[in-house]
Amino acid sequence: MITQAVAGNKGKKVRSDCHIEMEICNSGGRQIEIQSKVDVMFGKANRELINDILDFYNIENVKIQMFDTGALPFVIAARMEACIRKIENTDKAFLLNIEDFNTTDTLKEQQRFSRLYLPGNSPSMMLNAGIHKPNGLILDLEDAVAPLKKHEARFLVRNALRSLNFYGAERMVRINQGERGLEDLKYVVPHHVNLILIPKVEEAQQLIDVQNKIDEIKEEYNITHPIWLMPIIESAKGVLNAYAIAQATPTVSSMAIGLEDYTADLGVRRTQEAHESNFARNMVVTASVAAGIQAIDSVYSDVSDMKGLAENVKTSKSIGFTGMGCIHPRQVRVIHDNYAPDMVEIEKAKKIYRAFIEAKEKGLGVVSLGTKMIDAPVVKRAEKLIKLAIDTGKLDKDWINIGD
Amino acid sequence: MKKYDKLVTNAVGRIVPEIINGEAHVAFQGVGKYKPTGRKHAPLIPTCADFPDDGNKLQPNLKEALIKAGLKDGMTISTHHHFRNGDLIAVQIFDIAHELGVKNLRWFPSASFPSQARLTEYLADGTISHIEGSMNGPLGKFCSDGKMEKLAILRSHGGRYQAIQDGDVKIDIAVIAAPSADAFGNANGTNGPAACGLLGFALGDSQYADKVIVVTDNLVPFPCVPWQIHGNHVDYTVLVDKVGDPSKIVSGTTNITKSPDRLLIAEMTAQFCEEAGIVQDGFSYQAGAGGTALSIGVYFEEILRTRGWKARFIRAGSNQYPVSMLENGLVDYILDGQTFDLEGVRSMRENANHLDTSPFTSYNYHSKGNFASMVDVVILGATEVDVNFNANVVTHSDGQLLHGIGGWQNCLFSKCTILPIPLFRDRIPVIVDEVITLCGPGELIDVIATERGIAINPRRTDLIEKLKDSDLPIKTIEELKAEAEAICGKPEKPEFTDEIVAAIKWVDGTIIDVVRKVKEELE
Repeated sequence: MITQAVAGNKGKKVRSDCHIEMEICNSGGRQIEIQSKVDVMFGKANRELINDILDFYNIENVKIQMFDTGALPFVIAARMEACIRKIENTDKAFLLNIEDFNTTDTLKEQQRFSRLYLPGNSPSMMLNAGIHKPNGLILDLEDAVAPLKKHEARFLVRNALRSLNFYGAERMVRINQGERGLEDLKYVVPHHVNLILIPKVEEAQQLIDVQNKIDEIKEEYNITHPIWLMPIIESAKGVLNAYAIAQATPTVSSMAIGLEDYTADLGVRRTQEAHESNFARNMVVTASVAAGIQAIDSVYSDVSDMKGLAENVKTSKSIGFTGMGCIHPRQVRVIHDNYAPDMVEIEKAKKIYRAFIEAKEKGLGVVSLGTKMIDAPVVKRAEKLIKLAIDTGKLDKDWINIGD
Repeated sequence: MKKYDKLVTNAVGRIVPEIINGEAHVAFQGVGKYKPTGRKHAPLIPTCADFPDDGNKLQPNLKEALIKAGLKDGMTISTHHHFRNGDLIAVQIFDIAHELGVKNLRWFPSASFPSQARLTEYLADGTISHIEGSMNGPLGKFCSDGKMEKLAILRSHGGRYQAIQDGDVKIDIAVIAAPSADAFGNANGTNGPAACGLLGFALGDSQYADKVIVVTDNLVPFPCVPWQIHGNHVDYTVLVDKVGDPSKIVSGTTNITKSPDRLLIAEMTAQFCEEAGIVQDGFSYQAGAGGTALSIGVYFEEILRTRGWKARFIRAGSNQYPVSMLENGLVDYILDGQTFDLEGVRSMRENANHLDTSPFTSYNYHSKGNFASMVDVVILGATEVDVNFNANVVTHSDGQLLHGIGGWQNCLFSKCTILPIPLFRDRIPVIVDEVITLCGPGELIDVIATERGIAINPRRTDLIEKLKDSDLPIKTIEELKAEAEAICGKPEKPEFTDEIVAAIKWVDGTIIDVVRKVKEELE
C-alpha cells in the first residue's frame, strides 16, 4: 500500500508554486511543516487551507512538508489533492468556488487569432497570462507536462479553470492522446472549459470518441454550455483525412496544424520558408473552409524573432489561416496585428459596404461599385471584415458617420 | 547612552525619536517645511606649508595613511560605492582598524554591498559601532535584528550630501578609492583597470572631511585629468595592487527585461507618458538600471525616433542604452550619477556631452535648487505603496530592512514620478493600506503603473484629465489594491516590537520614519 506521495515543483527558479511531501500515518496527528517565503503574510491562511483539505478527506494522522514559493490557494489545494489521491483510493474532489468570470461561454466562430500555450503544471506562467490578451489560453496537459507530472497537472489545470482569471480569453485545455486524454476530460469538462484541443488526430473516430466522453460527462454533471473541439493535425495521415476530421462532430469549431510533428512524420526538416508543409497547410485550410470551420496555423517557435513571426503570420493569413498558436506572451500582439485586416482590405470593404447601403436606400436590388456588379457573398465578406476591423481596433465603430 | 530618546509624532503620523545616539535630530515637518538657519559646516583650514611642494602625498600603504590621518576610537569613516559589489577597500579599512584595536567607529558609506557582508564581524566585536548609510543583505539583517550597538541612520544620496554639508555628520577620515589618481590626489573614475565612470558620491566627503585619503591602483604622473576629485582637498595618497574588482563593478541589471509581464508594464508606462504629453521634443527623463526602467527607456527611444524628436537630457545611471541614444542623436546630454556598464564608462571618457554629476548638483536639498526637480519624468521602484501613494523602498513586506534609499527620495521631486511595479510579487501584493516604512510621501508620487492597471494620484487632476479617454486601464489605487487581494488574499502584517533599529531621514535631514525590530516567532 502506498503511504507517501509528492507533488508540486521546487528549485531555484520555481515561483508561485508549492512542493508537498506527504505521508499518511496511523497515529501521531497532523504534523505540518511549512517553509514559506510568504509566511509572515499568508502562513496562517495556508495552514487553515491545509487543515480544511485534511478535514475534507478525513485525514487525521499525516506528516506534511510543504515548501512554498508564494503559491495561491488554488495551487496549494491542487498539490494537496494530488498527494492525497495518490495515497487514498478516492474520487472525492476538493473544489474551490468557481469564480463568476470563469462561467462565460464562447461561440463557435469566436475570434481565434491567438491561443497561448501554458504548461499545465507550471502555476507561475498561468497567473499573468491573461493580461497579455490572447484570444485563448491553453492549459496544456500534453507535451508541456513531463510524464511523471501528468497526474498532478490534472488537479492544477482543473483548479485553474475554476480560480484563475483568464481576463476574457477563451478557456482551452489540450488533453493527452488516446485513453489518457479521455481520462483528462473528467478533470476539465465539469469546470466550464470552453474548448478542448485534441492532439495528433488522424481519424474522425478519435474526435467522435472524445465527443462521446464529453457528452457522457456533460450529462452526468448536467452541463449545457457548449464545449468546442479543435483537433490538431500532426501527421501525413491526419492531413489526408482532414476533411473528415473537420466534419467529425458539429462541435468542431476549428482545426489546427502542428508542423513540428508533421515534418518529423515526413522525415524532413522544418524550415523558415515552410515549402515542405505547403500541401499540408493548404489541405488543412481547404478542408476547414469546406467544413465551415476555422483553419488555425502552427506555432512560430523562435520567440525572440518578432520580424520573422510577423512575416510568418502574413504568409499564414494569405493562404487562408485565421489564427495561430503562440508560446510566448510577446507573440500575441504581433499575431493580432498581422491577422487583423490591413488598411487596403478595410478601405475596400468600406467602399463595398457603402455601395450596399446606398443600393438598399435607393431600393435597388443590385449592388454596384463603379461599373462592377457586387455579389451578395462579397457584401457579406465585407461586412465580416468591417466587424473584425472594429473588434481589433483598426476601425472606429462609428466609421460610417465619420467619413474618410 | 540610550540609542534613541524623546519620541514624537511627525508630520506623516510616524513616531520618531528626536535624540539619536545622544545627538539632537528634527522630526519630519512636511515637504519643504523645514528650513534650517545658520551656516554650512566648515572643514579645518589647511596650509600648503604642511604639504610637500612637489605634490607627492604618497604613503607606503593604507595602514600608514590611516595612522597619519589619526585613526582612533569613535571616529567617523566614510567610503563610497563607485565599485559597487567590486569594492576592495572598505573592508580593508576596518581590517586595519581591528588590527590596531580601534573601536566604536561610525561607518558612513554612500551605500553598502553584499561583498562587504564580512563587516558584520566588526559590528559584532565593537570595531564598528553603527552604520549610517544604506544597508543591504546581511548588513541589513544584522541591523534589523537590533544587533547594532547604536542606532542606524539611512539617508538618500542627496541627504548624505546635505548631512555632510550641514555638519549633521562630521567625517573624520574619508577614504576615496579611485580608478585613477596622481600623487597629489587628483582622481577620476574614467581611466584605469577599475574604471567605474565617475566619483560623484565622494565629492562632499572630499570637500568637508577633516582628512581625505585617495587610494588607487593606477597612479599617473600629475596631472590626473579629468580631476573629478581635486587633489587640493586630499591629505594622503596610497598606491595599492588592486582597488576594485572590475568584473563586479558593472551592475547586474544592465539589460532590458525579458519578462513579458515587466515588458508589458514598461510599454504601458511609456504609452502613459506619451498620452500625457510628457514625452515630447526636448523632454528629459530619468530611468534607473532595473530591467523594467531600462525597457521604458527603450520605448521612449522608439517614440522619439518615430516622431523625429530628441530628448534634451537623460538623468542616469547610464549604460549601453542611453549611450546609444546619445551616439545616435536622440538625446543631447547624459547627466550621469553613476555608470552601470563599460559602455557608460567609455562614453563618459570619450563624449563631452556625457557629464559626470554629483549628489551636490543633482540632489542636495539644502542648496539653491538642484537638477532633480527639473526632470520631466522619473521612473522609480518601490517595495510597497499605500493607498495614499506613500511608498517604501527600504523594508520588505516581512518587515526586514533590506535596501538602501539611494537617490530615490531625491528623484521624487521631478515633474512626474512614476512607479512601474508588478501588482503582486510571489503572492505579495504591492499596494497596501499603510506602508511599513514611509520613505516617500504620497504627495510626491504621481503614478503607479502595474500590469493590471495604472493609478493616478488624485492630486494630479491634470494627468487624470489628459488620460480620461485613454485606452489604458486607468484605475483608482483602491481598485488596484482590491484586485491584487482578490488574487492573492489579504496579507497579514508583520508584527513588530517597540524597539527601533534604524531611522530614515528625509532629504532635508528630518526623520520621516523609523524601522522597528520584527517580533520573533515563538516556535
